[in-house]
Amino acid sequence: MSNAPLLEVRGLNAWYGESHVLHGVDLDIREGETVTLLGRNGAGKTTTLRAIMGILRHREGVIRLRGKDLLSLPLHKVAQAGIGYVPEERGIFASLSVSENLMLPPTVSDGGMSVEEIYTLFPNLHERRSSQGTKLSGGEQQMLAIARVLRTGAKIILLDEPTEGLAPVIVQRIGDVLVALKKRGMTILLVEQNFRFAKKVADRFYLMEDGRMVNSFPGHELDARMDELHEVLGV
Amino acid sequence: MSTIFGIPTPALYGQILIGLINGSFYAMLSLGLAVIFGLLRVINFAHGAQYMLGAFAAYLLLNWLGINYWLALVLAPLVVGAVAVVIERTMLSRLYGVDHLYGLLLTFGLALILEGAFRYWFGAAGQPYAAPSQLTGAVNLGFMFMPIYRGWVVIASLVVCIGTWLLIEKTRLGAYLRAATENATLVQAFGVNVPLLLTLTYGLGAALAALAGVLAAPIYQVSPLMGSNLIIIVFAVVVVGGMGSILGAIVTGYVLGVLEGLTKVFYPEASSIVIFVVMAIVLLVRPAGLFGREE
Ligand SMILES: Nc1ncnc2c1ncn2[C@@H]1O[C@H](COP(=O)(O)OP(=O)(O)OP(=O)(O)O)[C@@H](O)[C@H]1O
Ligand SMILES: [Mg+2]
Repeated sequence: MSNAPLLEVRGLNAWYGESHVLHGVDLDIREGETVTLLGRNGAGKTTTLRAIMGILRHREGVIRLRGKDLLSLPLHKVAQAGIGYVPEERGIFASLSVSENLMLPPTVSDGGMSVEEIYTLFPNLHERRSSQGTKLSGGEQQMLAIARVLRTGAKIILLDEPTEGLAPVIVQRIGDVLVALKKRGMTILLVEQNFRFAKKVADRFYLMEDGRMVNSFPGHELDARMDELHEVLGV
Repeated sequence: MSTIFGIPTPALYGQILIGLINGSFYAMLSLGLAVIFGLLRVINFAHGAQYMLGAFAAYLLLNWLGINYWLALVLAPLVVGAVAVVIERTMLSRLYGVDHLYGLLLTFGLALILEGAFRYWFGAAGQPYAAPSQLTGAVNLGFMFMPIYRGWVVIASLVVCIGTWLLIEKTRLGAYLRAATENATLVQAFGVNVPLLLTLTYGLGAALAALAGVLAAPIYQVSPLMGSNLIIIVFAVVVVGGMGSILGAIVTGYVLGVLEGLTKVFYPEASSIVIFVVMAIVLLVRPAGLFGREE
């Protein structure tokens, strides 16, 4: 494994219309790493993911995947470069069945999970494969949103608050899934407010405040930094 | 002679058949409009002109190049679809970021230009286009004589409508289309080339209109204004069915065609307005249309 980061973000600025939201964000993720982005509501975590994906188009700076520039690509080429996106609002399509939702994202490279593997990992989805996507429970929809990008062969997935609003058992299930993905060598950029959950999977943390990266530290330092974090996160 | 409510049955069946024929065209045209509106959010005012172009393409292919009806059925939609693709790439796609009204104005302007140009070249009068020899004559159905060509149109339109519906509901391409109708940005963020999907959808919608135009050529005459006469009714059909609803457009097309035919039998004075009366009632009771989803 080379030392160059798989995903490299340098001096990223982003705007919603006139409002300047990201101010020079730096971020590195090496292959196989799970990195968690912390920050209070409105800090710019979702915006960072949307800017990396190219959903938010008004950006400046550097975004590279394996050294390849992503900033100049049209939106659909970013996923094709090997990134899978699980949005905060989940984005399950009402006019598609569960299995159609699962099959929707085109394959971007070899080595994705097979449909059988995915259904083994998420038995509920198999049971409900012909239901309308939005008829699933919140937890099932979240699992579908994650399952959907595992099929494509994406090398890195961006997960935006996958545990938000879910019951503890479901959070536990999603935690198990992330651990399993890590074992398979998946690279994960996770946005999470629940850092007891994040602690189980994260190799490294980034701390965001007002559209800036204010700190970064390895996973094992989380406990020692609790007081500091409580202050910044206001929890 | 047998009668129903004092109406001779052959007259009744005859009007139902005419209603079904008209309904076939309403269904095919409103289907294309609904597909285009669903994904592009453009009310395609050029749809009637694209239908007219289809009929003229068949007429010109025959008279200039000697190409027969069956080939025209394939070539005319391809030609008109290709023109639509160019229109979408060069003009319509520039308007997606602005108010939907601009798309409507652009397509309305294009319709006026196309219809004006064809009126200038060919005059306002209709040109006859003969049905192919295989489909001339009539069959005795026992209760009435049916011109074979009209039966063919009803069957062909059903095949086209069901085929399009299957394409949208049962295929992967259709899943892209349905998903992009809900959230185009997310579908593109998954790696689907949504701009290409929009172009193809506009081309497909226009090709459907052109196919309807070829089917119509032997029944109605080929004239520059054949589309603008029809398109107003088709818009009413789309509104009744529910903007963007594929199944709604198809079912409503046939039902309103037959309803119009029946009105001609029972209360002829109302036959030209019955569809608009239905539209007004539906708009009052269910503004999203019979098959539409409330937003
Ligand atoms: N569509 C938008 N238009 C304008 N401003 C926006 C938009 N979305 C977010 N913002 C603003 O950008 C800033 C960052 O928002 P963002 O959604 O990235 O925060 P976040 O860290 O994901 O918060 P949360 O934890 O609540 O999800 C906030 O000030 C927010 O108000
Ligand atoms: Mg967020």
